[in-house]
Amino acid sequence: MTLSVRGLNVSSLVRNVSFEIGAGERVGLIGESGSGKSLTALAIMGLLPEELRASGSVVLNDRELLEMSEKDLSRLRGDELAMVFQEPMTALNPAMRVGRQVTEPGRIHGRRHRAEDLLSAVGLPGTARAYPHQLSGGQRQRVVLAMALANEPSLLICDEPTTALDVTVQAQILTLIKRALSRESALLFITHDLAVVASVCERVLVMLDGEIVEAGSTREVLTQPKHAYTRKLLDASDLEARR
Amino acid sequence: MTAKVLRRVAIFVVSVLVASIVVFLFMAVLPGDPAQVALGVNATPELLAKTRAEFGIDRPLVTQYFDWIGGVLHGDFGRSYVTREVIGPQLLDRLGVTLWLVGAGMLVALVIAVPAGTFAAVKHRKAAGAGVSGLSQIGVAIPAFLAGIILVQVFAVQLRWLPSGGWTPPDQDFGEFARGLVLPALSLGLVQGAVLTRYVRSAVLDTLGQDYLRTARSKGLRPVQALVRHGLRNASVPVVTVLGLQLATLLIGAVVVERVFVLPGLGSMLLDAVSARDLLTVQGIVLVLVVGVLLVNFVVDVLYTVLDPRLRGS
Amino acid sequence: MRSLVLGGILVGLVVLAALLSFLWTPFDPVKVDATHRLLGFGASHWFGTDKFGRDLLSQLMVGARTTLYVGVVAVGIAAVIGTPLGILAGMSPRWLGEFVMRVNDLVLAFPALLLAIMFGAVFGADTLTAMVAIGIATIPSFARIARSGTLQVMSTEFVLAARAGGRSRANIALRHVLPNISGLLIVQASVSFAIAVLAEAALSFLGFGTRPPTPSWGRMLQESQELLTVQPRLALVPGIAIAVAVLGFNLLGDGLRDRLDPRLAARV
Repeated sequence: MTLSVRGLNVSSLVRNVSFEIGAGERVGLIGESGSGKSLTALAIMGLLPEELRASGSVVLNDRELLEMSEKDLSRLRGDELAMVFQEPMTALNPAMRVGRQVTEPGRIHGRRHRAEDLLSAVGLPGTARAYPHQLSGGQRQRVVLAMALANEPSLLICDEPTTALDVTVQAQILTLIKRALSRESALLFITHDLAVVASVCERVLVMLDGEIVEAGSTREVLTQPKHAYTRKLLDASDLEARR
Repeated sequence: MTAKVLRRVAIFVVSVLVASIVVFLFMAVLPGDPAQVALGVNATPELLAKTRAEFGIDRPLVTQYFDWIGGVLHGDFGRSYVTREVIGPQLLDRLGVTLWLVGAGMLVALVIAVPAGTFAAVKHRKAAGAGVSGLSQIGVAIPAFLAGIILVQVFAVQLRWLPSGGWTPPDQDFGEFARGLVLPALSLGLVQGAVLTRYVRSAVLDTLGQDYLRTARSKGLRPVQALVRHGLRNASVPVVTVLGLQLATLLIGAVVVERVFVLPGLGSMLLDAVSARDLLTVQGIVLVLVVGVLLVNFVVDVLYTVLDPRLRGS
Repeated sequence: MRSLVLGGILVGLVVLAALLSFLWTPFDPVKVDATHRLLGFGASHWFGTDKFGRDLLSQLMVGARTTLYVGVVAVGIAAVIGTPLGILAGMSPRWLGEFVMRVNDLVLAFPALLLAIMFGAVFGADTLTAMVAIGIATIPSFARIARSGTLQVMSTEFVLAARAGGRSRANIALRHVLPNISGLLIVQASVSFAIAVLAEAALSFLGFGTRPPTPSWGRMLQESQELLTVQPRLALVPGIAIAVAVLGFNLLGDGLRDRLDPRLAARV
C-alpha cells in the first residue's frame, strides 16, 4: 500500500502539500489549529465540506482519489481508508446501539463481524447493547476506533483522537491504536501534541499556514529542527519536562 | 423507562380530569339558563322550574359534574336541552367524519413536508432549495379556508373533477367517499404541509451538520444513505413535537374546513349547537376535542422516549 | 436580513392602510350602493365592489384596522400574562416551575378557535370575545419562551454575581432577566401576531368574530362564497390581504430572530 499526495491544494487553506506514506508506516502531521491538518485529512478521505474543493493529486495504490466518483470513493471509505475523528462525544449516532454502529462498516462492505469481537478488541466487552450516551468520552473513542479498524484498513487517519480526552485516557487510547493497528496498515496521525508524535510516529510532517514546512524522521525533527516554526513549537511544548 | 411512561400517563389522566372540570364549570357557571333557552321567553315560572328539574340543573354543581362525567365515561353525553335527543351516538358519528378528515389532512401534510423539507435542507445552498423554502413561507400564510375556496373553484367548479362538498360514508360507496375527501384533505393538509416543511427543513439541516453523519460517511455510506440510515431518526425527534401540535391544530382547523365543504363532522355539529344555544351538546363536543388534543400530546411525549434513547432512564 | 426588510415592507403596508383609513378611504366602506354592484377592477373602484355595491378597497383598509386591533390586543394579553408567568416559572423552585408549565400545557389544550367558539356560545360572539380567546390561547407560547430564556439568563455569570451580591429576585427579574429575553419576546410577538391574524380571519369567516357592518377580512371572504363562481375577485382580494399580513409578520419574526440574537434563538 502506498498513499502518495502530490501538490494538494484545498481552496487556499492548504497549499501545495506533498508527502508519501508506505505500508506499515506511522506518520505524524503536526501544527497548530487552523494550519490545515484536518483539511488535508478530509481531502484524502473525500469528506471536505461542500464549499471547499481539493486540487492536485492523491493517489492510493495507483488510483487517483480526487478524480474518483462519490460511488467509488464510498467503496474505499471504511474499507481501505478509515478515519478516527477528534470529538468522540458527537461522532456516534445517539439513536443507534453501539453494536449496530460498530458492525456497520462490515455490513456496508459485505463482511460479517460480531459486535462483541470488535468491541472486545478495543477493551469494551459487553457494551454492544449500550447507547452512546451511556458511555464515557474515552469509551466512545474506543468505539469509533473499533469501527475504523473493523475492516482492517490499509490506511488509518487519526485526527487529534485524544485531544478531547483526559490525560490518563489519552495514554490508553494511544496504546490501543499502536497495539490494534495491524503491521501492514499505515497510519497518518494528526496532532498538535509533540509528545504524542514522539511516542507514536516514526516520521513527522510539520504544517504551518496550509503548507508543509518541515519533514523528516521524528528523532531528527524533534532534536534538530531546521525550521524556525518547528523550533518555536518545540520550545512551547513541555516535551523536555515529560521525558 | 416504565416509570417515565407511568408518569406521563398520570399527567395525562390528571390533565383530562382538570380539563373536564374547566369545560363543565365554564358552561355551567356562565350566564344563560338552558331551561329558558329550551322553552323560550314566555315560559311560566312553574314550567321553568319543572324543566330545570328535568334537565337536572337545579342540583348542586358537584352532583351535576359527577353525573355528567360518569355518563361520559360510559359514552353517555346526556340528552340535548334543545332537541331532547341523546347526544352520544351522533357525537361519535360526527367524530368519525372529523377523524377521517384530520387523518387524510395529516397524510397530505406529511407527504408534502418530508420530501420537500429534506430537499430544501439538502439543497439549502442552491436556488431550488431556497425556492422550496420560499414557497413554504407563502403556504404558511394562506388560511385553510382560503385554500379550500380556491380548490373548490378550480377543481370542482371549473374542471368538475371532484365534488365541491358533501359526505358519503366509506361503507356506503368508498370511491365516492374518497373523491369527496380529496379537496377537504388538501385544503387542510396543504397549509399544514407548508408549516411542517419548514420544521423538517430545519431539523434535517441541523442533522446534516452533525459529526455522526460524517462518521457514517467515513464508514463508506453515500451521502443520501448516511442521511437516511443515521439522520432521519434523529431529525424526527423535533419534527414529532411539531407534528403533535399540528394534529391538534388540524383537529380544530377541521371545524373551518367542514364549514367550507359542508361536511357533517364534529366541527359543524359544534357550530350548529352553538347557534342553537344547545349548551350540553357544546359541552360534550368541546370535551371530546380537548381530550383529543391532550391525547395527542400524551402520545407525542411517549413517542419521544421511544425515538431518543437519551431521554430514557436516568 | 432580506426577510426583515420584506417582512417590514409587508407589515408596513398593512399598518399604513389601517392608519390611512382613519383619515381617508376612497368610498364609505359600509355604504350600500345598488347602482354600482359587483363592479370589477376599475379606475374609480380599484378593487371593484361587492354585491351590495360597497367599495372593496375601502373595506380592505378598514378591515386592516380590525386585523391589527385584534392582533395587538390578543398579543398584548398573551405577553402581559404569559411573560411574568414564564419568568416566575424560570426563577422559582423546580416544583413550582414544573407546575406552572403543566398548567400551561393544559391551556394549550384549548386552541384559540375552540376557546372563541366557547366564548361565543356563552357570551355571544364579537370582536372582543375573539380577541380575548386568541389572547388566552397565546399565553402558553409566551410563558414557554419566557421560561426557557429565563433559565438561560439565570445561569449566566452576571446573574450569579447579582444574586451573590444579595439582589432581590424582583430586582434581578427586572434588571437582568427581562432585558435579556426581550429579543426572544419580540420575535414571539411577531410570530404570534401572524397566528392571531389567521385566527381572527377564521373566526370572522365562521361568524364568530367581528360582527357586521364593521369590515373584516375574514367576513369579506365568507360573504364572497355564494358568488365565488362568478366573482372569484371577491375572495381573492381579502384572501391576498390576509396572506400578505401573515407572511409579513412571519418574515418579520424570522428576520428579527436572526438579527436580535441568533445564538439564543438557535438554542431556545
